Amino acid sequence: MPKYMLLLHDAGAAPDTIGPEEIQAIIKRYIAWRERVERSGYAINGHKLRDGEGRTLRGTVGAPTVTDGPFAEAREVIGGLFIIEAGSYDEVVALSRDCPHLEFGTIEIREVEPTS
Amino acid sequence: MTPDALVDHLFRRQAGQMVATLTRHLGARHLALAEDAVQEALVKALQQWPFRGVPDHPEGWLFRTARNAALDRLRHERVAAHKAPALAHHLPREAPPASDATLAGEPPPLDDDRLGLMFLACHPALSRESRVALTLKLVGGFSVREIARAYLAQDAAVAQRLVRARHQLRAAEASFGPPEAADLADRLDAVLEAIYLIFNEGYAATEGDALVREDIAAEAIRQARLVAAHPVTDVPRAWALVALLELHAARFPARMGEDGTIFRLRDQDRSRWDRRLIASGMRALDRAAGGADVSRYHLEAGLAACHAAAPTWDATDWRHMLDLYDDLLALTGSPIVALNRAVVVAQIEGPRAGLAALDAIRDAPGLARYHLFHAAKAELWREAGDPDRASAAYRDALEAARSAPERRFLAERLEQL
Repeated sequence: MPKYMLLLHDAGAAPDTIGPEEIQAIIKRYIAWRERVERSGYAINGHKLRDGEGRTLRGTVGAPTVTDGPFAEAREVIGGLFIIEAGSYDEVVALSRDCPHLEFGTIEIREVEPTS
Repeated sequence: MTPDALVDHLFRRQAGQMVATLTRHLGARHLALAEDAVQEALVKALQQWPFRGVPDHPEGWLFRTARNAALDRLRHERVAAHKAPALAHHLPREAPPASDATLAGEPPPLDDDRLGLMFLACHPALSRESRVALTLKLVGGFSVREIARAYLAQDAAVAQRLVRARHQLRAAEASFGPPEAADLADRLDAVLEAIYLIFNEGYAATEGDALVREDIAAEAIRQARLVAAHPVTDVPRAWALVALLELHAARFPARMGEDGTIFRLRDQDRSRWDRRLIASGMRALDRAAGGADVSRYHLEAGLAACHAAAPTWDATDWRHMLDLYDDLLALTGSPIVALNRAVVVAQIEGPRAGLAALDAIRDAPGLARYHLFHAAKAELWREAGDPDRASAAYRDALEAARSAPERRFLAERLEQL
């Protein structure tokens, strides 16, 4: 089964004023979405990427320039990613249509080239 | 992990408990730091749990994260200030516990902490309004936006009030925890009053966000129960407050129609009253009777119990209510109490007697601008068969009414004349 990577780009940090009840409600929506995906028979795994970290290497082999964070210029950061095993892009797009993340940012879907 | 792993309002309640526990160990002067650390933990959960799922012990995870955030902030403050105020030993656990189970297995001292936080939030240096806002924010875990929505205030105004309150606590060098025995009665009265006001705002308002207002009323009941059940503050008047709040809350489901129409008590479908809450409120009222103390909460709970016990409006024990109102009026001198007493007088002796009782208090401060004073007058003139005077009084009431549902209700009554 092909694997698809969903990169979840955040539109920005959560506002300071967000309250406990609101935070819980948002988390519940993500968990519920993930459960719906699983109930539809798809394997799904999630990974959180650390905020504000990362290294970018460019330049000469053996002596590259190393810079902190790939996000220095970009306003968007990738908050985390999901891996879903599915039959086609269409299936993954259909599963992602009601992902609550769309309220807070964008979702980029890429298929992982199988090794064999 | 199912969404049910997150119990309703878990974050809100846990926020209050975490601020309480951290403030107890760090001292009241680090209240803002404790609040910031708790907020940091909640936001971390928001960033991580959608991807990783909910941890097996969400409370433990949140508390550990908040405590680490507090420690980080303390270290940073100490470096910045070039001094070491030796705060580390105040924190119960320098290192995170080995596992979530350690934390979950601990007996929760958290309720004690919440009581201490209530005393801090209701410190005598603060105004009544600030006590209400601070108690909701610190103990209840309500956000600035929710408090503003429930009280029809601007976010910025609520935020500013909270900032000022925290400054006042620092200036007064307020300390955490239950006060000295000598101050306990007065300080407890301030806590009970704040809970009473929190409930009243949630209960009386007919505008603003209905869901938040119900949550706020429920939180007031939780806090009243917490105070009443705690050995230090288990006094009859605390139980009387519990009874009062539960007996009022029992009528919530019948107060309004689906279209937002207000139902007066006499028109309410009593089968929609919450029997479980009434039973619980009656039990609390029994416990409140365990002493010579008769507070305003006792009397008001007694009044609410009269309504709760009556199968119909007409079958209400008005004579007992009048006795209670006489006592309450003697205790408070409140014009609002006198107004409600006049309505009971009318039930017993007829509308003219009620109108005479209203006339006797017409110069009381604030009543002329209080819509329910004019509305009561209008109803009694209607019953007395004088539509002209009733109509004039409805118009006065309409002019004084604040909320849209109240104005709609009054306009309808006027039209029906």
